[in-house]
Amino acid sequence: MITGFLSSFGKYLLMLQRGFSRPEKANMYFKEVVRQVYDIGIGSVIIVFLISVFIGAVTAVQFSYQLGTTFVPMYYIGYVVRDITIIELAPTITGLVLAGKVGSNMAAELGGMRQKEHIDAMEIMGVNTVAYLVMPKIIASLIIIPVLVLLSACVGIMGGYLASVPTDILSHQDYVRGLRSFFVPYNITLMLVKSFVFAFILTSVSCFQGYYVRGGSIELGRASTNAVVFSDILILLADYCIAVILT
Amino acid sequence: MIRAANIYKSFGEVEVLKNITAEFERGKCNLIIGKSGAGKTVLLKILVGLFQPTQGKVFYEDQNFFELDHKELQNLRMQIGMLFQQGALFDSMTVEENIRFPLDMFTNMTRKEKLDRVNFCLERVDLVGVNDKFPSEVSGGMQKRVGIARAIVLKPKYLFCDEPNSGLDPKTSILIDELIMDITREQNITTIINTHDMNSVMEIGENIYLLDKGEVAWHGSKDEINDTDAEVIQEFIFASPFLQKLRRQALND
Repeated sequence: MITGFLSSFGKYLLMLQRGFSRPEKANMYFKEVVRQVYDIGIGSVIIVFLISVFIGAVTAVQFSYQLGTTFVPMYYIGYVVRDITIIELAPTITGLVLAGKVGSNMAAELGGMRQKEHIDAMEIMGVNTVAYLVMPKIIASLIIIPVLVLLSACVGIMGGYLASVPTDILSHQDYVRGLRSFFVPYNITLMLVKSFVFAFILTSVSCFQGYYVRGGSIELGRASTNAVVFSDILILLADYCIAVILT
Repeated sequence: MIRAANIYKSFGEVEVLKNITAEFERGKCNLIIGKSGAGKTVLLKILVGLFQPTQGKVFYEDQNFFELDHKELQNLRMQIGMLFQQGALFDSMTVEENIRFPLDMFTNMTRKEKLDRVNFCLERVDLVGVNDKFPSEVSGGMQKRVGIARAIVLKPKYLFCDEPNSGLDPKTSILIDELIMDITREQNITTIINTHDMNSVMEIGENIYLLDKGEVAWHGSKDEINDTDAEVIQEFIFASPFLQKLRRQALND
């Protein structure tokens, strides 16, 4: 098992190393990055939006329930929703959701290309397939996923507002007061660091699973599942490591 | 000219190719034939560099393929065209985009020049007016033609065809064979075809290597097949009882 893990890890590093090479034609790579930004970004906005609204809403409702019998001021709801969304929920939940949506899609796309000999065809033409097929996905993710995480944080805070102000849990003024209290700008940095790391993990791990797929449709399905499972595990592990190191 | 020198290839304990030495000549249709599992595809994949041999060398003219640096390898690869058994056409691109892909990737041609070249290649393979169709919207034979058009779009010096006739009816197979042969002669390229189609062997086999159990069991041309007593080629070519009967009758006459 350890040998298998080390072998896969070595293969993963070699894949990344192969990816860092001079593009055969810069504008082809640029087009591919733009296409991926569109696919990952625009294609995921709705799901990220929906999940974020509910995350913010649930956080607000749960926290108000916990504050019910205490002397903690209600405006803390805004503060807690803001911080928990920015520090933890927006980057992590977005990362996990995108691992499921985008990661499995990338693994299936590359795996399908491998099985239909598209990758072999490109290799024979002289295309560095890792650089052309994998790196644009990673670069696109590093560009667009932090933007999605930022959006998620904003929408999550709005979700908290929608769940607490119209339902009279607290007033508009209290929620805004909570949002403006104890703000630490460093938390935004923390959120962005997490979003970059998670974007890299979910894309590179998913591409690795798809790029080296062997066998038939069962193996392709397994690679797609593995892409999600391994990405999720690594995202949670990285989340913990970042929390320990940066806070 | 492509030369394979003492090629061995094993997958784990299984030895697939044993001491293969072969010369594939320019301007000729070089065939690698043999039964399923004889090692044809593995040899072809070694020749194009998709597999590394366990031992042995592959020379393109006098360049050792597996000792080329990145730049040299890329330059050489641009001179290689390949037609895959299943076409390997990019299914989310149209026929035109498929053929244009190598031009987009490796040349600085203008859009108009690229379109002209694509149309020239499509005309060359007798396909006109399919530019905007997707591979799934054309027949198997047409997909093979598109594959050939894509393989020749960069004017390669080396053309590889893996089972070009698989899944095609005999008439279309002959057309594809003739097309490959014409292109080989016209452009004076080294063409290597991996096949087990008997019509192909007898039509275009100018330099044939028969593989059996991972070894070269026979080497010659289509004209030599009838004259040879080598059992291994006779068994392969005249595999069916009907063909064996015909051959016996021909020999008796």
